[in-house]
Amino acid sequence: MISTKAPPAPAKFSRPTPAAPTKPSRLLPLLQAVLPPLLILLALLALWEFFASGPNATLPPPSKVWTDAHDLIVDPFFDRGGLDKGLFWHLAASLQRVALGFALAGVVGIATGLLIGSSPFAMRGLDPIFQVLRTVPPLAWLPLSLAAFREAQPSAIFVIFITSVWPVIINTAVGVRNVPQDYRNVAAVIRLRGPAYWWRIVLPAAAPYIFTGLRIGIGLSWLAIVAAEMLIGGVGIGFFIWDAWNSSNLSDIIVALVYVGLVGFLLDRVVALAGRIATRGTQAA
Amino acid sequence: MDQHRFLEITQLSISFPKSPLPVLHDVDLQIARGEYVAVIGHSGCGKSTLLNVIAGLLPASGGGVVLDGREIAGPGPDRAVVFQNHSLLPWLTCYENIRLAVDQTLSKTMSRAERHDWVLENLAMVRMTSAKDKRPAEISGGMKQRIGIARALAMRPKVLLMDEPFGALDALTRAHLQDQVMEIHASRGTTVVMITHDVDEAVLLADRIVMLTNGPNATVGEVLEVKLPRPRDRLALAADPAFTAARAAVLEFLHARHANPALAAA
Repeated sequence: MISTKAPPAPAKFSRPTPAAPTKPSRLLPLLQAVLPPLLILLALLALWEFFASGPNATLPPPSKVWTDAHDLIVDPFFDRGGLDKGLFWHLAASLQRVALGFALAGVVGIATGLLIGSSPFAMRGLDPIFQVLRTVPPLAWLPLSLAAFREAQPSAIFVIFITSVWPVIINTAVGVRNVPQDYRNVAAVIRLRGPAYWWRIVLPAAAPYIFTGLRIGIGLSWLAIVAAEMLIGGVGIGFFIWDAWNSSNLSDIIVALVYVGLVGFLLDRVVALAGRIATRGTQAA
Repeated sequence: MDQHRFLEITQLSISFPKSPLPVLHDVDLQIARGEYVAVIGHSGCGKSTLLNVIAGLLPASGGGVVLDGREIAGPGPDRAVVFQNHSLLPWLTCYENIRLAVDQTLSKTMSRAERHDWVLENLAMVRMTSAKDKRPAEISGGMKQRIGIARALAMRPKVLLMDEPFGALDALTRAHLQDQVMEIHASRGTTVVMITHDVDEAVLLADRIVMLTNGPNATVGEVLEVKLPRPRDRLALAADPAFTAARAAVLEFLHARHANPALAAA
């Protein structure tokens, strides 16, 4: 039989096939994420430059910040002894205080939250006291803690602790009280009791709440440390800002603020990431 | 001991505080070992409350429940529950959900390796071996319910309590799971008490259907023996006069003699 159709052309293309659409589609989301903040940032910098360039401007424009604080921006690691250190060393000192105070707040806060969440007596007794204490501004604790510890370092750590412990306590307690009845029923049927019940049911069920508390807590710690260090002195980003103000070094302050913001952002993301890893699946359910 | 009184509910009444009338009163029921009993009634009649009392999750206000010669007081693994909303722990994988129950209830009688094998055997029974390392959020509603059933049966319960186990599933998934439960009931011989509001489901699965009157103050209205031979096949039964008669009897009870009061008032 003779076919009227021509045999298919063997692997011979008259036209080049259009480029695979994978390349632009992989680049596009990245551009969409990076471009808008970049454009807005440039626009804001331009505005700032414009308003701070006049003869009566009280604050330095970005161009002046760049020239004034060039050393500070490009080399955060220098150390000329005493307090004349790069921003990295100041930030590291502050972060160390935050790490200690926040770790303490995490342990004490979760333990206290578990107690309050599970015992109606502890709840009724402690909740009103906590509700009052948590509204005390962080710096208001500083004189008292200086009097108690008689040293700057433990006082600063105490201020961090007392600032960040409340959201951890309160969120943990809410998480424990909100363990779904379904999970309690399962635990009851399989007779899961005592520490095993806490470890296998209550803590995982409350974990999303606990991490919400920790995330608020780390944010507050970072807010408090800068203010506390302004008062106690020594190495630390808060004191660096205060020192720059005393020597009328406005450009240094602006650079420090940018670093403070970036570190605060990173801290928040780190705790959020830890929470996501620790609560796999729980929030999705 | 009398085989027909494996699970015995006597003069059971349940009331909640602040409510003038009890939810259930004078409920009497004897269930034999290996029997499959369905409890049916309109919503709000206290079906789930009855199941929760048998499970020990709720206290009885009067009367009591005796299982295998022992009065029940509080929940325990001899009365495993398949919850309506599956109640799997979302932070554990399917395997871990069953393993937790097995470790908790059978660690005295089985070694570690035996428990591992037993979990896998129960996963295989509900045909969920392939999903053993998935978390509940990653599988469908029907699959979650199968894991729930596997978890309950893995505790080697004396009675399996099921609270509207297929209520939240679509019709095809439900039919599939009903067939699986029939198979498991046939192979393991577990005594089952199932709460349902689905007449076809009750007739297809149960040896006896317990019909509750409307609440509050509900009680057992009628008990219907379903004398259909096992294994039952849903396709063959559709035209079976015994099946249709049983179905008609339950419908008559629910819709003619004890019509839903909420609907009647409307």
